[in-house]
Order: sequence, then structure tokens, then C-alpha cells
Amino acid sequence: MSKLGNLGARLHRGEISYDFIGKRKIWYGVSILITITAIVGLAVRGLNMGIEFQGGAVFTTPTHMSASVAQAEDFAKSASGHEAVVQKLGNGSLRIQIAGIDTDKSDEIKQTLAKDLSLNPEKLNADLVGPSWGEQIANKAWEGLVIFMVLVVIYLAIAFEWRMAVAALVALIHDITITVGIYALVGFEVTPGTVIGLLTILGYSLYDTVVVFDSLKEQTKDITKQTRFTYSDIANQSINGTLVRSINTTVVALLPVAGLLFIGGGFLGAGTLNDISLSLFVGLAAGAYSSIFIATPLVADLKEREPAMKALRKRVMAKRAQAGAEGDPAEAGSGAGDEYDDAAPAVVGPRNQPATRNRGRGRSTGKRR
Amino acid sequence: MAAPKKGRSASAQSKPGRSLVLILIAIVALAGGMFASGHTTPRLGIDLAGGTSITLKAKADQGSAINKANMDTAVDIMNRRVNGLGVSEAEVQTQGTDHIIVNIPKGTNSKEAQQQVGTTAKLYFRPVLATEPTGAAATPSPGASSSASTTPNPKGSASANPSGSASTSGQKASSTSTGSPSAPATPQGRAVTDALKADAKATSSATPGASSSASAKSSANPSSTSSGAPTDGDTSKLQAQYAALDCSKPAQRATAGQNAKPGAPTVACGENDKVWFKYLLGPAAVDGTEVKKAQAVFDTQGAAGWQVQMSFTSSGAKKFGDVTAQLAQQAQSGQNQFGIVLDGNVVSAPSVSTAITGGQAEITGRFTQQEAQSLSNMLSYGALPLSFKEETVTTVTAALGGEQLHAGLLAGAIGLALVVIYLVIYYRGLSLVAMASLLISAILTYVLMALLGPAIGFALNLPAVCGAIVAIGITADSFIVYFERIRDEIREGRSLRPAVERAWPRARRTILVSDFVSFLAAAVLFIVTVGKVQGFAFTLGLTTVLDVVVVFFFTKPLMSLLARRKFFANGHKWSGLDPKGLGAKPPLRRTRRSAGPAAGPVDPKEA
Repeated sequence: MSKLGNLGARLHRGEISYDFIGKRKIWYGVSILITITAIVGLAVRGLNMGIEFQGGAVFTTPTHMSASVAQAEDFAKSASGHEAVVQKLGNGSLRIQIAGIDTDKSDEIKQTLAKDLSLNPEKLNADLVGPSWGEQIANKAWEGLVIFMVLVVIYLAIAFEWRMAVAALVALIHDITITVGIYALVGFEVTPGTVIGLLTILGYSLYDTVVVFDSLKEQTKDITKQTRFTYSDIANQSINGTLVRSINTTVVALLPVAGLLFIGGGFLGAGTLNDISLSLFVGLAAGAYSSIFIATPLVADLKEREPAMKALRKRVMAKRAQAGAEGDPAEAGSGAGDEYDDAAPAVVGPRNQPATRNRGRGRSTGKRR
Repeated sequence: MAAPKKGRSASAQSKPGRSLVLILIAIVALAGGMFASGHTTPRLGIDLAGGTSITLKAKADQGSAINKANMDTAVDIMNRRVNGLGVSEAEVQTQGTDHIIVNIPKGTNSKEAQQQVGTTAKLYFRPVLATEPTGAAATPSPGASSSASTTPNPKGSASANPSGSASTSGQKASSTSTGSPSAPATPQGRAVTDALKADAKATSSATPGASSSASAKSSANPSSTSSGAPTDGDTSKLQAQYAALDCSKPAQRATAGQNAKPGAPTVACGENDKVWFKYLLGPAAVDGTEVKKAQAVFDTQGAAGWQVQMSFTSSGAKKFGDVTAQLAQQAQSGQNQFGIVLDGNVVSAPSVSTAITGGQAEITGRFTQQEAQSLSNMLSYGALPLSFKEETVTTVTAALGGEQLHAGLLAGAIGLALVVIYLVIYYRGLSLVAMASLLISAILTYVLMALLGPAIGFALNLPAVCGAIVAIGITADSFIVYFERIRDEIREGRSLRPAVERAWPRARRTILVSDFVSFLAAAVLFIVTVGKVQGFAFTLGLTTVLDVVVVFFFTKPLMSLLARRKFFANGHKWSGLDPKGLGAKPPLRRTRRSAGPAAGPVDPKEA
């Protein structure tokens, strides 16, 4: 089998694991940094709102245009008196965007433009957009976003618990902020397609998170009945155990989107496909990151504040200290082993570390059967 | 789709074959339905088929508020108008609180549509010559049509029951209807032919005045007996048209009565209590513009409840008086209805018992408040309760959309290929299960999209295509969750069959919870947003539901079956379930190590 399969097995057993929970502060820091960058970018550069949001006209020429982009820009400017954005599309046609003109003027401009480009006006596609159209979509999107967040928090609080709901919500906001921030920083144009893509992230971003939470919930079912692992330990195991799954689902979700983005969109130039897939791509990547590095550690953090979990941590630490003193860590907590078939299916792993330094360091690896 | 439930598994798992047969039957049935209905391709949205999209903004300058009821009425009316152009694919929808979007696919005169959408409607009062519920015998045999027009009142929302609740009573009713007895045997045929004859005489009389005289002529000799067989060419043509009309079919409904000349008789459809009636209507007696005002009032004294009061202009009052006088005479034969025809549709067909000459009339019936208000809106504004300003007009050529569709499909194919390659590399033999499931999912999605076009007006627009492509990921996700679970079980040292069964309840839980979240996102998007976004959300929701269906009824049973095959059960190197490759703990419980590569994991049930 492939090496990846082995990696999966070793992750599953806890032979190798990355201490996501222990190093959570680093990742929190990374995320806060990204978020601040995103917010600053948003504040300083602002979003490059598409024509749908400020109104204007988009003219699309037929293919095989003799006029160059620069020429078309000049024509458009002289015809409308406004700055125009001209793009060459993949098929050779030109897309001429003129912001800030209204419906009345557009027909006139269309005629002039067609004449300048020596085209039959019939062949020049005119796309007139009022500013409220995009605004409406954006408002609806906000509305949808808020409604979705409320519902999903309620659902997750019922299906899991409120801490997970909160953590998932934080991760979700994090993803959206990053996506919007990247749009601001790179200067991608925001179109209704972008908004659609952004809204889709909602469901997707949570998919991975929910998979990890599900595993976490299952593994911590009887957590207080053992003294071997703290909540954070098990949370870390859950992330590691579902890591392969998370990577696979993310890769598989990203592949079609990447196809849309690079092949569909890139091949054709700008368009709805590109807009949707671009924001999806960014959002999906951010979603995968946040489910692993933000959401689950956050749950562990919240959970460790519970008195029951605090008590558990105390017991675990005491046990470890005792086991360390006795010099046989492998014996520690063996009584709990069978109940934790899934939680700790480990075979071998690093051992004999001083108990005091083991906090959140993949203690799961210390079990022998 | 809802919250995960535990402990409802056994039956499905013990008989994997049954589930597979079930889903295959479902696919065959759906595909059969698709071919039978003739809609073998999904309906394309305006962005793919091309066409014109008009965004209208309501103006609150007619003294009527921009509210949901008024917007809905406006959408309703506009819908009739654009679809009256002979295109059944045009979409009219509200957007936000004060916008209406009209999408007119290509092949339509968009200029004409543009003009029609925002302008006032064509509203006429026409005498009803014959009516019958749709789906009845095609030929209006005198007896049948006569009984049809007398028994059920054809327009419930606007009027009346035969018990007389829908009488139009004039406030200054000058004469009580005595009713001129007409030949009982063929009342319908007589009236029809009379009216048609009258029309034949007043051919191409386009003005309401002329048509009014035409109907006056027809009433002038009510007792004249005429042969049932029409002689005039136009007349027989119209009667044939009436006979052939089936208002239960939306396509016929959309075209019937459209572009009818006011001065000529016509056929039209109207709905009453969810039953479509067809009408043979005489020339327009009163023009909608001759209605001065109409309002819904609640009758506090009488028991009439909600009613609609109309007042006419002076010329309208005279014409209305004439037509009601004439109709009232025919009360006993059941020929006393007039149809209020809006853009070719009969919105209401009250019956008349007395002539109404004062220019004031009221229509009573078992109206709800809303029905009364909607009718009065239509009457007073000639239809639209609000006036609209054109905000944006978007022309999309099919070429652009087609190209985007092409690119989208290409991208989808490449994305799918990438997913397949990844799955094959990572899951080896198991990827065949995933691919078969993806295939089933794709077939179901396509068939449902094709069927939902005519059923609920689903149109595949570009974002929807995008949604479908993105959904490949969602669908594959659930297999991965399940496969990884199985592999974990194998790593625990289980052999395949128990691993498949043990992994399922847990994988199922995860799949349900995460799919529910996806579905929730799609549902919220669908409900809150409009237009493009809605198509996308719908596709996402649809594919999420299908994902659950496929995983439950196809992937899982297939896995159960395949677990019995040596190739998988023995953990062949290429099966993707090789315990050694997966790093299962020794001792491996395998007894039949000797088996060579089995016949291959091809699922025989698959297409």
C-alpha cells in the first residue's frame, strides 16, 4: 500500500502525531495575524466591487476582434466619458466594462461603441446593471449568512454541545474573514458570483469541522471514567485520527473547484465560473485549515475550563506523576485501556518522558497493548 | 437528513441486494419518466440559453404601498404577460422588497416583452358564450356545455356560487330580469352562433364601441333560431379552437386568448377552485380603461362579506348597462355570465341577474379579503398595482452562455477526472465503489434536473452548473468518511466483513451530521436569496440529498456485497483494503491467503 496509507495507519495508532492542541497558541497567533492582515487590508484597500455593485454597463464583443484592448479602452472612454475596463476574454472577444452609466445613456454608448469598433450594433452585447442589483444580492447574502449562523449554532449545540457550536462559529467567521481579506489584498473583483461562492463556503467550511467534532464527541463519551488522558489529549488524537480523512476530503473537494478555477475560468477569462470557484477555492482551503488548527483546539480550550475536565486533568496528572515516579509509564491507566479501544488504539510510541512536560504532547502514544 | 439517529440499520444491512435493486428500480423509473415526458435535457436558464433579463423597480407613486401583496400581484400579472408572448419559459420573480426580475429566454421579441412587462394590462369585459371545466369532452355538445355553464360557477375566486351569491347587482337597477325564455334544447349553441354571426358581420371591428354594437346585435334577436352548424369559416375555426382547448395544460393555457382582438370573439382559460375552465367569449363589451375605480369593501350590513365595487366612466357605464341588460335576459338559460378577461385570462366570471345601468356595480361572492383586493387591484389599475421603472436590461447571447457552459462542463469533467485519479491512487479497488456511486449520483442528478424543469420550473443556469460540479466534492467526501472508517476498523485487526458493518453506523452518523450542515446552508441560501444564487443553492441542496440517498442505498449495500468477494475480503494488494498495507496490527486473522486476484471488483449490478 502507499506510503500515505501507512501514514494513515500510524496516525491512527498515534505512532506519529502532531501536537495540534499543545501548539495551539502558535496557530491561534497565525490566525490572528492573518485575520488582522485581512481586516487591515479590507480597511485600507477596500474591496474591488464589481460593476454589479456600483452600476454601469458591460459590453461584450463578438470573437475575432481586430481592435486591441487599448483601442477599445479609448473608444469606450470617448463614447461614455468614463473610465473603462477592457478585458480580453479567452475566446478572443472583448469585455468592456464602463461603471457609472445609467440605462438611458447606454444605448447611445452602445451605438457609438459599435461604430467605433466597426461592428453591427446587434452583435455588441450590452449588459446594463443598476447598483441596487448587486446591493440587493449582498444584502440578501448578509441576511442568509446571519440566519445560517444562528441555525447552525443551534443545530451544533443540539447535535454536539454549545462549546463546539461556538468553536465552529469562530472557525466559520475566521474563514470568511480570510477569504474576504484575500479579496481585498489581492484586489480580485467582487461580483455576485463571489458572493455565491462565499456563501457556499458556509456549508463546506463546517464539513471538515463537523467530521472532527463527531470523532471527538465519540471518543470523549466516557472521558471522566478514565484517568489516562485529558480532554486535550483526546482532542489531539481526534484531529490526528481524522487527519487523513480531512486531507482527503479537502483535496477531493478542491480538485473540481480547481478544475473550474484554472481550466474553466482561466481558459475563458473572467466570468461567473471564475468568480464562484475563486472564492470557493480560497474558502475551502481556509476551512480545512481552521477545522484542524482553530476549531478543535478552541473546543479543547473551552472544555478544559469545565470543572469536570479540570478535575480529570488533575487526576491524569497525578497518575502520570505517580507512574513516572514508579518508572513504568506503560502500566499507567491500563485499566482504562479496553474501554478506549478507539480513543487509544496505539501500539508503540515515544515513552519515558518526564510526566510534567507531557502536557498535551500526544500522551496517547504511550500506550502498549 | 435530520439529526443522526441510532439503531435503524439492521434491515438494510442484512439485505444489501434489496437496496441495490431498489435504487436501480428508482433510477430506471425516473429515467423512464424522463424519456416518457420528453424532457431529456435539463431546462437551461437564461444565461445558458440566452435571452433578456429585465430588472424593474417599483415606484410608490400611485398611492399604493410597495408591499408583498402588491408585489405578488404584479409578478402574477407580469408572468401572464410575458408568458402570453408564447414563451412558457419566461420567469418573473420578485427580488428584495421592491424589485422584479423578468427573464425572457431567447427566441422572444425582447423589445416587445420589455414594453409589455411594465405597461398597463389589457383588461376587457366579455360576455361568456360557453364555458366548461377543462378535461371534459372536447366537443361542446349543447347539452354538456349548457350544464357546465349552469352548474358550477366558473370562477370561485372572483365570484360566485350558483346560489346567487355572485350576482352583479346594479345600484340603480332599472329593470328586473324577467328573462326571455329561449329554446331549452340548444341554448348554448344558439348563443354561440349568434354571437359569432354578429362578429362575422362586424368583422375586424377593433374599437370597443363597435364590438359593443356587435354584441348588441347578437342580443337583438335572442330568440332567433339558427342552425347549430356554423357556416362561416371564422366561426367554425373558433369553435374548433374551443373544442380543442384544454386548459389543464399550461402550454395551451399560456397561448389561449392571447393577442385576441377586442372586437372578435375568442377562447380563454380561467381558474376556479383549482379547476381550469375554458371559455368561449364574445367580443369585448367594455374596455378595462373604462373602469374608473374599483375597490374592495366589506359589506357590514348585508351578509355578502367582501365584495368589489366598481365605477365606470360614462361611456363605460353605458356599455356595461347594455351588456348586462342583454345578459340578464339570458339568466334562465345560464347564459348570463360575463368574463373579466385580463391579458387573455378569465380572472372572474360573475353572472348577471339585472341590467346595471348606473355606472356603479358591485361584484359579490365568497371572497376572502385578499381575493377581493386583488380583483379590485386588477380592475382599477388595469392590472398592475404598482408602477415600475426599468432599471437594468441585460442581454445574454446564447453563444456566451453556451461557451461558459462548455467551459464549465469541461472543467467539471477535468475536475471529476482528477478526483477519480486521486481516488484510484489512494483507494485502489475501493475507488471503483466510489466511481460507481458517483456515477449513480450523476445519473440521478441529471434525471432529476431534467424532470424538475417542467415540474417546478427548475432551470439550469451557470451557477447551478457550478454547484453541480462543486457537489462532486461533497459526494466524494461521504465515501471518504466511510472508507476511512472501514480502514480504521481493519487496522484494528478486523476482517473485512465485520469491518464494513462496524464502520457503517459511525460513518453514517458523521455523513448525516455533515450533510445536514451542507443542506442547511443550501436551504437557507435558497429561501433567503433569489435568482442566480437560488439556482446554485437548489443544486447544492439537491445533490446533498442525493448524496445521502446514494450512500445509504448504493454505496453501503455495494460495500456489503463486495466484502464477500475474495478480492476485497482477502485484502488483495489492489483492493485498497490490504490489511498489511494499511498497517493492521498482527496477528492478522486471515485464513484464505492463497486466493489469487479475484475476478475483479466490478459491480455486476452497475449499469
